[in-house]
Amino acid sequence: MIEIKDLHKSYKMGSNSLHVLKGINFSVEEGELVAIMGSSGSGKSTLLNILGMLDVLDEGSYTLDGVPIKDLNETKAAQYRNKFLGFVFQSFNLINYKSAMENVALPLYYQKVGRKERQEKALKYLEQVGLREWADHLPSELSGGQKQRVAIARAMAAEPKVLLADEPTGALDSTTSYEVMDLIQKINDAGNTILIVTHEPDIADMCKRIVHLKDGVIVEDKKITQVRASQYV
Amino acid sequence: MRFLFDSNTWQEIFGSIGKNRTRTIITVIGVLWGILIYIVLSGAAKGLDNGFEKQFQNVAMNSMFTWAQSTSMPYKGFKTGRQLQLKLSDGVLLKNRIPEIQYIAPRNVKGIFGGSPAQTIRSGKSGNYAVYGDYPISTKIATKKIYDGGRFINDEDIEGARKVCVIGERTQKELFESDENPIGGYVRIDNVFFQVVGVHKYTPGGGFESDSDIYIPFTTFKKLYNTGENVGWFAIAAYDDADVIKVEENVKAVLKSIHNVNPRDERAIGSFNLGEIFNRIVGFAKGLTFMSLVVGIATILAGVIGIGNILLISVKERTKELGVRRALGATPKEVRSLIILESVFLTMLAGIMGIILGAGVLSLINKLTKDIDFPYSNPTVPIPYVLGALAIMVVLGTLIGLIPAQRAVSIKPIDALREE
Repeated sequence: MIEIKDLHKSYKMGSNSLHVLKGINFSVEEGELVAIMGSSGSGKSTLLNILGMLDVLDEGSYTLDGVPIKDLNETKAAQYRNKFLGFVFQSFNLINYKSAMENVALPLYYQKVGRKERQEKALKYLEQVGLREWADHLPSELSGGQKQRVAIARAMAAEPKVLLADEPTGALDSTTSYEVMDLIQKINDAGNTILIVTHEPDIADMCKRIVHLKDGVIVEDKKITQVRASQYV
Repeated sequence: MRFLFDSNTWQEIFGSIGKNRTRTIITVIGVLWGILIYIVLSGAAKGLDNGFEKQFQNVAMNSMFTWAQSTSMPYKGFKTGRQLQLKLSDGVLLKNRIPEIQYIAPRNVKGIFGGSPAQTIRSGKSGNYAVYGDYPISTKIATKKIYDGGRFINDEDIEGARKVCVIGERTQKELFESDENPIGGYVRIDNVFFQVVGVHKYTPGGGFESDSDIYIPFTTFKKLYNTGENVGWFAIAAYDDADVIKVEENVKAVLKSIHNVNPRDERAIGSFNLGEIFNRIVGFAKGLTFMSLVVGIATILAGVIGIGNILLISVKERTKELGVRRALGATPKEVRSLIILESVFLTMLAGIMGIILGAGVLSLINKLTKDIDFPYSNPTVPIPYVLGALAIMVVLGTLIGLIPAQRAVSIKPIDALREE
C-alpha cells in the first residue's frame, strides 16, 4: 500500500539546514495498523506530513497504492489527498460553524458527490462512530471524544486507502482515548490501513506494528500482539 | 457553474460571513453607501433635468423672442439713439427670408413694458391686468392650456376684430363668483365690453406672463389702443432641427436691414433665445449627471476596497479552516472561488440594498418637492445605469476578492494546520 525508499527531508532555517529525515525505508501492507513512535523532534510528524502529501520529500521515492507520488502541484495533491487519504488531527480541526453532519460531508463535497448522497453517507458514518443523534450539533456542543469521533467519521467518509492520524488521542483523557482507539481498531478490523503517530506507549500497544523513529532514522520496526482497547472501555 | 448553484457553496458563504456579523454589516454599509450616493445623485440629476423640461414644456424649446430698442450707431444718414418700432410687415418678411422659421407670432402687450395695466371691471368688481394682443399661432410657440369649455383666440376673432378675451385663473377668481361659469360672461376692459371665451391655466416658468393675464385678438388690441401696424415683439419658433443661435443672428440681420440699422449695431434689436438658455440648462444637467457618476463610482470603489480589506482579515483568521479544507481535498481553485464568491456576494448584497434604499430616498425627495416651486420632477435612474453599476460592482468585487483569495491559496496546508 505504502512504499517509501531512502527518504530524506531537511528544512532550511536561515543559513542552517536541519536534516530531519535521514534515509527512511518503510513499507505498509494493506490492512495494517501501524504506530509511529518517537520523541519530539524525531521526525515522526514530518514523515506523516510527507505521507499525507502535505509536505514534499527532498530525496527518495514514495509510492501510494501503486501511484508514484512526486512533483505534485497543489491541485493534484489536493485531488490525491481527497482520493487516497483520510486525516485525523490532534486538535480535531472540525469547522466550527458547521454541524457534525456537515463536517463529515465536507470531503464528499470536494469529491463532487451530490447533496443527498453526501448527507446519507455522512449520517451512515456518524452512525458507525455512534454519533447519529448528534448529527445536527455544532462542534462546540460536543465533548472532546465526540469531536474526535466526528473527525474520524469525516476521515472515513471519503473512503480513503489510508487513514493518517496525528496524535489522535493527544488531547483526550485516557478513558476517551481508549474509546477512540477502540473505534480505530474496529475500522482497522474492517480492512482499512491506518497509520498513527503517537508518543504514548499504551496507544502504540493497541496497534499491530510499532515503528520507532529517532533522529530521523528508523531504529526499531516490530510487529506486536495487539492489545484490544475494548477491554478498557 | 455547478459551484454557483450548489446549496453547499452558499452554505459555506453564509457560514463564513455570518461568523462575524457586525463586521460584515459594517463592511456592507460601506458599499451600500456608495451605491446609495450614486443612485440618489444620478436620480436627482435626472429629476432636475425633468424639472427643467417640465418648466419649459409649454414653450417650444427652440424658440426666441425679438424686440426693437434704440440704435447705438449712426447709419445711412440716421443719427444714433433713434427709437425703432417693429411692424406687422416685418413678420411676413422674416418668415419669407428665413426658411428655418416654423412659426412667427407678433404680439403686443399693455401693462408690462409700458402703459398702465388695463382696468377691468365686472359688476362692481375690478382689477388691473396686463392685456396681450395675440394671434392664434402664438399657442404654437408657447402652449396655453385652456380650461374645459373654453377656447383660445381663433382666426375669425382676428378677422372680425371681435371683442372676445381669454382671462387668467386669478382674473376669474377676482372677477367672478366661485360657482359662476365665466365662459360667455362679459367683462369691461378699459371701458369696452369683452365676452370671455376661455380661461387659461397658468404654468409657471414662462417668463413675464402671469396667472392674471388677459388675451384679446391682435386686431382688437390694435383698435382698442390705436397701435396701428406696430408690434411689441415677435415670438419665433424654429424647426426642430434648426440651429436656434443661427436663426437668431439671421432674424436680427433681417430686422436691421429693414429698419436701416448698422449691421454691427448690437443694441438696436433685442432678443432672448430660449433655445440657448435651454441648451445651457441641459448642459448643466449633463454635467451634474457626469459628476454624480464620478462621485458615485469613487464611493463604490472605496466601499469595495473596504470589503477586500475585511476579507483579507477574515482569510487570516480562517487560515486553519482553509488548511483543513485543503487537507480534505479542496483544490486551490475551489478555495479561491469560495473567497471570491464571498466578495462578490457581499458586494451584490450591498449593491441591491443600496439601490432599493436609493429608490426610497428619491421617492421621498420627490414627495417633499412636489408642492414647492422647484424644478424637480420624477427622478429616475435609467435601468442600464443601474445594471451597469451592478456589473461594475461584480467586476470590482471579483478583482478585490482576488487579493484575499490569492493570500488564502498561498498558505500551504501544512503551515495552516500548524497554526494555533
